[in-house]
This record gives sequence, structure tokens and C-alpha cells, in this order.
Amino acid sequence: MSCELTQSVLHGYIDGELDAARAADFERHLISCAECVTALEAQENLRSSLQHAALHERAPASLRQTVQAELGTRTRANVVSIRNPAPWRFLAIAATLLLAVSLGWRLLPGLHGNGRQTEWASAVVDAHLRSLQPGHLEDVQSTDQHTVKPWFDGKLDFAPPVHDFVAEGFPLQGGRLDVVRGRTVAVLVYARRKHLINVFVWPTPQPDSAPLSGSELGYHWLEWRRSGMEMYAVSDVSPEDLAQLHQFLTQ
Amino acid sequence: MSAGVEGKLDVLDPQDQLRFEQLVLPHLDAAFNLARWLLRGRADAEDVAQESMLRAFRFFRGFHGGDARAWLLQIVRNTCYTWLEKNRSVDLTTEFNEELHPQPSVSPETLAIAGDNRERLTRALEALPVRFREVLILRELEGCSYKEIAAITSIPIGTVMSALARARQRLQQILTQPATQLKQEAGREL
Repeated sequence: MSCELTQSVLHGYIDGELDAARAADFERHLISCAECVTALEAQENLRSSLQHAALHERAPASLRQTVQAELGTRTRANVVSIRNPAPWRFLAIAATLLLAVSLGWRLLPGLHGNGRQTEWASAVVDAHLRSLQPGHLEDVQSTDQHTVKPWFDGKLDFAPPVHDFVAEGFPLQGGRLDVVRGRTVAVLVYARRKHLINVFVWPTPQPDSAPLSGSELGYHWLEWRRSGMEMYAVSDVSPEDLAQLHQFLTQ
Repeated sequence: MSAGVEGKLDVLDPQDQLRFEQLVLPHLDAAFNLARWLLRGRADAEDVAQESMLRAFRFFRGFHGGDARAWLLQIVRNTCYTWLEKNRSVDLTTEFNEELHPQPSVSPETLAIAGDNRERLTRALEALPVRFREVLILRELEGCSYKEIAAITSIPIGTVMSALARARQRLQQILTQPATQLKQEAGREL
């Protein structure tokens, strides 16, 4: 044990951290130093055992779920705290509540037991969850409806209505294509405070309909038909927020 | 809401939250893995990784781009050290070869399975002092560069190479101990 390089440069060499000149120097040194050759071989074996032993442990699903749920809770807690208590706000909240009550009246649980809606709602909630995974949310990321709308041209056999409601508190975030139960659909992404709302859109021959609502896995959905388009809004925002967005989308 | 309460809450706007989900959340596996090896147990690692993610969320506005994984792992590493100080400070002071600290869940029978490479390596890594263990985990399991290791562990970049050299040398020493000796030391602790 005399060569000091076995305990220094050799490690930079196997880690690929030496610059070209130092690596070349070390390679020249290897020709005359049996000790370093042996040590290099031993270190390479050690590295290979470490890498083949599958020692990297993935996060358990329970941790992933807890973290996602916690982040959601934090967000909601924050939302409550940043509400601006200006008087007009109370009017807005009161109006929203009124709207929610009137919608709620029509949306009693018994009214949305329709199998067709439920199946689509499940598929749409699944798609919503998928969209929240990293990199899945938007194909076109823009808050400008004039960028998002043309983006859909040529990708779909219909033109989804694209509007930004930033002034109303629902800024457009972007859009993407998605597949729901085998059908290619347009998705508009809106933000509501710190939450995201996916609005799924596809054409339907059915007449206009009043909204139906429901919830699944803790997410709320609202479904309606308007001007030949079937629309599902899905989010973890309150049903009142969804109802408000529905109102803007059908104005 | 009073201003005092507002001051304590960090509010991320939707873009920031989205950025967090896109940049930081994908490194949850790396965060858990580092915590698992620093704390030598999955249950504690789950708690500490969770706490680290929340701290990362809270500090996210202080993240100005760059290497999100290194940024997160630095938080995980600090959270692990705080946890060790509080719950198992002996881990932070133990020097090499004084004692081997097996996980309580590892039985001598498990250790006795000859040729179980994964078990043997796990035991050997866990017997290393935490400061050697962390550089090895970051280098060999996470594939971090020296620069990233320096950023995560706050050791000067010039000493990363020698820290790795010492860690590998010690790991090799442990691995070349006769299996019976490892087993005996483990048995004594159990």
C-alpha cells in the first residue's frame, strides 16, 4: 500500500470526474502501477455489485398519495387565508351560493344516477387524475385564447369553444388532446385560485341540457350539453366554483 | 384573516404550484431512497420524506431554477440530519467499526443466507457512518455528479473525491469481514 493515487485520483477516474488531461495521466500511471490496476478492478467490481443489487428503493404508493393529498390541503388552507374580505366579495359569494343552491336543487343525488353519465364521469375523473401527473396537463400552454383555439385546428373534427375568464377568476392555462373511453376529446385547462379545472369537450347530437353533478374519488364533476357540445368540468374545487365556471362557459 | 396568519402561510400561485408538480414531485423516489438509506428504515423514511416534500413546497419560491433534484435532496438530507439529531443522535457520532447497528427487523437468519448479495450489501452500507453512507448512496444509487454531491451534502467540491475514496475503502473492509463476524456482531445487538 504505497501508491497514494489509489485513494484519490483513481476514484475521480472511475467516476468520470477527471478532465481529459488528468485521465490520460492516470492511464499512463496504470501501465506502471500494479497496485492501482488491482484497486481499479476491485472498485469496478464493487460498483457493479452495488448497481446490480437493486438497492434503490422507490417511494411507497402510500407516501405518494399522502404527499399529493397534503399539498392539496395546504393549497386549500391558503386559499381561505388569501380571500379578500372586500364587501363586493361577499356579494359575489352570496351570488355563487344562490346559484349553487338553485343548481343543487336540480342536482339532488337521485337525479344523477344515470348510468351513462356515471360511466363517462368515471372516465373523465380518471383522465383528470392522469392530467395531474407531471408533464401531462397541457399540450399547448398559454393563457391566450387566441393561441389555444387555433392549436386545436386540424387536430380535431370539431372546434371546441375556447374562452379565457381571467377577469372572472378562472384564467385559462392551456389545452390538450385527451382520449376518454376511446374518443378523442379537447380539454381546456382553467385555474381557480391554486386549483386546476379540466373541461372536457366533444360534440354530441343531443339537445342542450341542464347541468348534472357528482363526485368521485374526492373530485367534483359537472356535466352539461350546449350548442352540440358535451362538456364535463372536473376539479377538486368546490361544486360552487364549478357551477360558476359553467355559468361563464354557457353565457 | 389577520395579517399575522397570512404572513406565516406561503401562497404559491397556480403557475408555481404547477411548476412544483412538474419539477419537484417527480423526484419523490429519489427523496424517499435517500431518506431510507440515511435513516436505515422505510417507515422513518416515509415520514421524513413526507416532511421534506412539505418543506420543499414551503421553500419553493426560494428555488430559482437549476437542478431541482439536487435542491430537493439537499432538503431531504437536512431533514434527515435533524431527525437523527432528535431521535438517534448516536448515528451522527458513531465512527467506523466501533459498532455495527443492524436494523431491528433484520434477523440473524436473514443475514445467514449465504450469497444473498443484496442483503449483504445492505448490511454493509448500513454499517457505514452516515457521512460515508450518504456520498455512496448519492453517487452509486442516484448517479449524482461530484458537483451535485457537494451541493446536497454541503461538503466542499474538492473533498468529494476523497470522501468517496474513504467510503468505498470502508465498505470494502466491511464486505471482506467474514460473514460469521458480521452475524455475530449483529446478534450481539439484537
